[in-house]
Amino acid sequence: MGNKTPLYDTHVAAGGKMVDFGGWDMPLNYGSQLEEHHVVRQDAGMFDVSHMTVVDVAGAEAKAFLRNLLANDIAKLTVSGKALYGCMLKADGGVIDDLITYYLDETHYRLVVNAATRDKDIAWIQAQAGRFDVTVTERPELAMIAIQGPNARAKVNGLLSPETAAAADALKVFFAAIDGEWFIARTGYTGEDGYEIILPDRDAVDFWNRLVAAGVRPCGLGARDTLRLEAGMNLYGSDMDEGTSPWSTGLAWTVAMDPADRDFIGRAALEAEKAAGVAMKRVGLVLEGKGVLRNHQRVVAEGVGEGEITSGGFSPTLGVGIALARVPKATGERCQVDVRGKLLDCRVVTPPFVRNGKSCL
Amino acid sequence: MSNLPAELKYTASHEWIRDEGDGTVTIGITDHAQELLGDLVYVELPDVGRELDAEEACAVVESVKAASDVYAPIAGEVVAVNEALSDSPEMINSDAYGDGWLIKMKVEDGALDDLIDVDAYQAVLDDEG
Repeated sequence: MGNKTPLYDTHVAAGGKMVDFGGWDMPLNYGSQLEEHHVVRQDAGMFDVSHMTVVDVAGAEAKAFLRNLLANDIAKLTVSGKALYGCMLKADGGVIDDLITYYLDETHYRLVVNAATRDKDIAWIQAQAGRFDVTVTERPELAMIAIQGPNARAKVNGLLSPETAAAADALKVFFAAIDGEWFIARTGYTGEDGYEIILPDRDAVDFWNRLVAAGVRPCGLGARDTLRLEAGMNLYGSDMDEGTSPWSTGLAWTVAMDPADRDFIGRAALEAEKAAGVAMKRVGLVLEGKGVLRNHQRVVAEGVGEGEITSGGFSPTLGVGIALARVPKATGERCQVDVRGKLLDCRVVTPPFVRNGKSCL
Repeated sequence: MSNLPAELKYTASHEWIRDEGDGTVTIGITDHAQELLGDLVYVELPDVGRELDAEEACAVVESVKAASDVYAPIAGEVVAVNEALSDSPEMINSDAYGDGWLIKMKVEDGALDDLIDVDAYQAVLDDEG
């Protein structure tokens, strides 16, 4: 038996097909993954993401600590509630995890890290924190619900107090509003507008049920994966891990090399890798014919070399096979993928594939 | 509970076989199999005329989750494939024993004798828990 979120019984009662995910019993779907995918693109769906780990970092040196810990520069954050996405690296540049950092004030930050990497993340953060005047506090008593889709924010706002709804409605993308123990962020992992709401465990079931009553459909991890793949967003453990650096995994935009005197963990390795020449790049693939692309399939760029699909699947919105792949830098606009021994033609594109309900191809 | 028609034969690898009584059989995957796979999005079928050995991989069904091989339950010649699945693979989800059929084969007399019946297939499902 795995860990259970406060919504476990609610998922089972709703017919959720429960599977293990990073040590947690989570709903894969509640019947049809495709229908759940489409409802997020067209209306509003929600995901229990309470398995994700919330870590609060506080103290006089919180900013200095996070500027050393993370490859993106949290000094960019100066407004309460502002969020920044980035990576936590090993000294050799490998990605320990990707995470979102929220700025609360100059001495308080909130991190949201992946569930499957929780133990190693906490151990790493604690170990690095030793040199700084900070406290690192995990918040296992908090649940998290992501409500996503073109109608998601309006449906959520209708359930909030007038003051909180006004604050949430005014949020710009990648900002959060704080209301007591509730934390409402205009973020997501689907390519649609919406919120990710952190709230106390004891409030989770009631709020979930009120969302259902407001017409927000429960969606499982299956739809979450096809949605994020269409949105061109990396999945830790598939598209990057400790053996890959941000340079070859489409995450260069999350690395702040300026200012040059900021010494973050992994910086020297990234500089050396760049100086030597990065061999691979992250691209999107679109299968030209019928079929489905899958993780680990071999990519062949004729005359250039070979790569590998890091996340493959079927795009319910586009009706074609799509993938994220790591391929040789010189790969052009076309390549082939080895699907069960047959080389199938693919178009090489820059992700995302779908954003705000519309094809980007 | 999975739907299990009593008149069909089955395999432990979750194919069903209907004896059409004219030397041909129709083959598909069971309701249990489609439930495990989830929403089907792509089906790869063999060429008509292909001679299949028993237990030879002859088709691939792909869902949003995974690709799964389908095996010929018995030896024979493919005489028809369900072309409609090319555009509507979801028919396997909605009607596994009807519109969601995969292939028709011409087989030898007595070829179905070694296949398991509905009770034996139910036992397979019970064992899988």
